[in-house]
Amino acid sequence: MFTYYFQLGLRSLRRNPALTTLMVMAIGFGVAASMITYSVFRAVSGNPIPDKSAQLFTPQVDAWGPQQNLRGEPAEALGYIDATALMRAHEAKRQTLLYRVQLSAIPIGNLDMPLNLISYAVTSDFFSMFEVPFRYGSGWSPQDDDARAGDVVISDVLNQKLFGGANSVGRTLDLSGHDYRIVGVTSHWNPRPRFYDLFSTSGFADEPDVYMLFSRAMDLKMRPNGRNSCRGSLSFTTWQGYLQSNCVWITPWVELDSSAEVASYRRFLTNYAAEQQRAGRFNWAPNVRLRDVMQWMDYEKVVPSESRISLAVALGFFLICLVNTIGLLLAKFMRRAGEIGVRRALGATRGEIYTQYLIEAGTVGLAGGLLGLLLTAVGVGGIGVLFRPEIAKLARLDPPLVALTFAVAIVATVLAAFYPAWRAAHVQPAWQLKSS
Amino acid sequence: MNIQIRPILVALRRHKAGTLLIALQIALTLAIVCNALFIIHQRLANMNQASGVDEANVFVITNMWANSDLSTSQVDAQVSADLLALRQLPAVLDATPGSGYPLKGGGWDNFVMLTPDQVQPTSDAAVYTGDEHFVDTLGLKLIAGRNFRSDEVMVMGTQQAITPPSVIVSKALADRLFPGGHALGKSFYSMGPMPTTIVGIVDTLQRQGVDQYAQSHAGQSLIWPLRADDSRGIYYIVRAKPSQLAAAMREAPKALFAQSRMRIIDPKDGIQDYATIRHKVYDSDRGMAILMGIICAVLLAITAAGIVGLTSFWVGQRRKQIGVRRALGARQRDILAYFLTENFLISAAGVVLGTVLAIAFNLWTVTRFEMSRMSMAYVGIGVVVLLLLGQGAVLAPALRASRVSPVEATRSV
Repeated sequence: MFTYYFQLGLRSLRRNPALTTLMVMAIGFGVAASMITYSVFRAVSGNPIPDKSAQLFTPQVDAWGPQQNLRGEPAEALGYIDATALMRAHEAKRQTLLYRVQLSAIPIGNLDMPLNLISYAVTSDFFSMFEVPFRYGSGWSPQDDDARAGDVVISDVLNQKLFGGANSVGRTLDLSGHDYRIVGVTSHWNPRPRFYDLFSTSGFADEPDVYMLFSRAMDLKMRPNGRNSCRGSLSFTTWQGYLQSNCVWITPWVELDSSAEVASYRRFLTNYAAEQQRAGRFNWAPNVRLRDVMQWMDYEKVVPSESRISLAVALGFFLICLVNTIGLLLAKFMRRAGEIGVRRALGATRGEIYTQYLIEAGTVGLAGGLLGLLLTAVGVGGIGVLFRPEIAKLARLDPPLVALTFAVAIVATVLAAFYPAWRAAHVQPAWQLKSS
Repeated sequence: MNIQIRPILVALRRHKAGTLLIALQIALTLAIVCNALFIIHQRLANMNQASGVDEANVFVITNMWANSDLSTSQVDAQVSADLLALRQLPAVLDATPGSGYPLKGGGWDNFVMLTPDQVQPTSDAAVYTGDEHFVDTLGLKLIAGRNFRSDEVMVMGTQQAITPPSVIVSKALADRLFPGGHALGKSFYSMGPMPTTIVGIVDTLQRQGVDQYAQSHAGQSLIWPLRADDSRGIYYIVRAKPSQLAAAMREAPKALFAQSRMRIIDPKDGIQDYATIRHKVYDSDRGMAILMGIICAVLLAITAAGIVGLTSFWVGQRRKQIGVRRALGARQRDILAYFLTENFLISAAGVVLGTVLAIAFNLWTVTRFEMSRMSMAYVGIGVVVLLLLGQGAVLAPALRASRVSPVEATRSV
């Protein structure tokens, strides 16, 4: 019976080409607009580290005070004094500090011109906390942190550029005029959004090339190459002056496995701030935060408002297309009131009429889905026109999106057909037979 | 022509579902279209803001030092040599060192205060640094006071916090700090213990960042006479002689590499003219405007097509009744007027509901995305557009209806 109704549906589609085209286009455009904007939204709002996002927390301590902080919220990063104090206390199983530094590769191997590198200064736990995959070697140890070693981990991409992809562990690299020893080469690793550095990036930057020791960066007095935010009156001219200033530039992360550990770390943070208050460094009550990955991404508004607004508008657009489809289906079905009357008179039940018209609507949905898929493919291809390049390249048409396109098109059309089909099923046979 | 509204309303009661659907569609379309128009207009207004820069002739070189261990005096020597080399190029009019440039995106911002111990800042300004060539290189218009003298230009090492005694501000910042036009010669504080005195005012100087956050401080900029000898890198802002931009952009990197090879000028975006810079910084504004434009156009088309479809159906259903009316003496234009009025009544109901939805949607974006309130003019435009669209869409089926022959009344009864 299903196949028969399906064939009837196809035949009926051909009977009113203008009306059919209109419905298919409405569904197609509506689905495509929603899917294109959704593909971007999905990419920018996803969980970058699903298995650990609830265990990774970034602590914030208000070192600016109620008059200068961010409307009651502490700064989005830490200054040197607080960052190193948290590290020294070592209240979490794993913890790291990180900030962006500027490094460039001095010509070596396949390289004949200096090359700018996206680089981070981090501590040893960074690699295990964030599950950085390694191709060769590994990260460095906490002992290396203390020894302030000149070790670096480089990315696969940089390894390819410099050494043609060979195992370069143990080799020496001249970065910005200093020698470093390569201890590890990562596999491709660029979680997006870049949850661990939302202070300096919008979350969608290119993969980092180099990770060096935080302690080594301090020894070399490496200024942050990312964001830096200060308050009040500044007059530092030396590195020491800068470290002691209220400028924030370091992002801390801690790994806490249970709610007990989280509660305990929160207590520790509050106590730390209270201690600073007692010592006279803060003259305000403790104001601390401990956000996990998803909370942090939400707070930092990682999803661009453009993406949210365009998704909302596209969904609204789809809704209008559906309302349009309800109207057109109603017109299409009721035009055949006479035919329905005959069928009912010949013994078809309401349920059968109902099923037949829902299946017919399903065929419209299928056709709309096909058109929608085509338009989505075109739209995702040309999405660079609509969104910033670093975000646009995240949008892609993969099997789940294809399946979703069809599912949404068919389900939405069938839902839209409920009322028209109900009206069709309630056609009075006597009435129709009489008047024709 | 006397149009009877009552019979139309009575007839519509027999088509509740269709009437409701058209009204709903018009309402939703209005809500989306006027918000989309508002967004488009806002974004276009952003994109068309003047930067103050002579954009046709200015380009920027992002120059990073390969060796970050250079001392400030070493960097200063290199920067001086580089600038000399750039200024001597035949296609180059002038060049200046900078720590940023207008429309760069992001960039250096400072709070500004009127007294040294003020905790709540008076406002926020984009900070530019440059030498005595800055104003001329960018092509800024000095409207009061004077340019920097070469002996005023100080050296700023890597991330030092220095407040020079003199400053040139944009008119927008001058007016914000000292309303009434008496800013010249006045002093203010900007995140330092020392005051800085306004020696000159330039007309327009857009900020580096143009995102939402910067909107309330648009155009507020200050220029400090500083050579930013940062060991990480520097921006060279260069102004080419008229119509020699391409030549200057070709020669400049060669001249710099001839000075020293220990620098990085990214082959992809190390040298950018202002067309590129502007294009890049307004990426998301342009994208939103295009997306909203497409959605508006398709939406109006689909709504119009929907009205045509449903009205055609109604006309088809009522051929007999139309025939009867014609037979009883109604003229063609009475039938036409009937359908136009019917559509107008439905559309009017739709736009009333749509206005409410449009305002609600706008308020949602205001609270959720810190967007601004939409002026009612957009709703007004949207209402007119949709009413016209409705009348236009219904015209063809209505004309067809008016041509129904009175003979139809006698058929197939």
